[in-house]
Amino acid sequence: MTTMTETNVTVQVHQVFIRATPEAIWDAITKPEFTRDYLYGTRVEYDLRPGGAFRSISGDSDEVLVDGEVIEADPPSKLVQTWRFLYDPELTAEGARRVTWEIEPGDGGVTKLTAIHELDGAPKTAEHVSGGWTYILSGLKTLLETGKPLAG
Amino acid sequence: MANDEDRVFRALADPTRRFLLDRLFTRDGRTLTELESELEMTRFGVMKHLRVLEDAGLVVTRRSGREKLHYLNPVPIRLIHDRWIDKYAERRVSALASLKQKLEEIG
Repeated sequence: MTTMTETNVTVQVHQVFIRATPEAIWDAITKPEFTRDYLYGTRVEYDLRPGGAFRSISGDSDEVLVDGEVIEADPPSKLVQTWRFLYDPELTAEGARRVTWEIEPGDGGVTKLTAIHELDGAPKTAEHVSGGWTYILSGLKTLLETGKPLAG
Repeated sequence: MANDEDRVFRALADPTRRFLLDRLFTRDGRTLTELESELEMTRFGVMKHLRVLEDAGLVVTRRSGREKLHYLNPVPIRLIHDRWIDKYAERRVSALASLKQKLEEIG
């Protein structure tokens, strides 16, 4: 190994433990009636098969905010897809990047959810999403554990 | 879930572990060897601290080929924020806002 692993700085890994079944977490990621309560009021549309389309649509208007493609859908344990942000030309220009959701059941009804975002060559997108991931995952946990969205 | 919170607070209550989190914040996805090179500490000592951070969920490790990379996971800090900081800070802010409103009504 000649250099340090510089390329790895462009992966973001976020993880949360949720007191819910893998199936409930899968639904919360892939169904619009859940995403509008933790994902900035947006509703998602997934065609859950390889090559299927993904869209995230604003709750206020019908604007498509994020689009992408489903690469692998293995419910309720693994979803691989891409994301491309459409609401900011600088982010759109960086193109689509891969997002992997891993759902692993654990002890005592607690399930581990890991989101891996590959962001090589997309510095603006990386900066844009880093705070968002913590917000999304903590919101998803709160929603599934309490049945209520995060306040504020 | 009290245990999870205890682990996060305990993990954060140490300057070396906070230093490690700050190093990962600056550049994520590092090996033990890289992290060790920034500390005046034995490899075993750094491993112990990383283990505490991992148990608290503040660091997540992933394999990349033969290497084990350490990633900062800020979600537990966000949960602490939502539970312990937002609540109290928000009350203070809204109290100030209503004070301002009252004073302006009088003025």
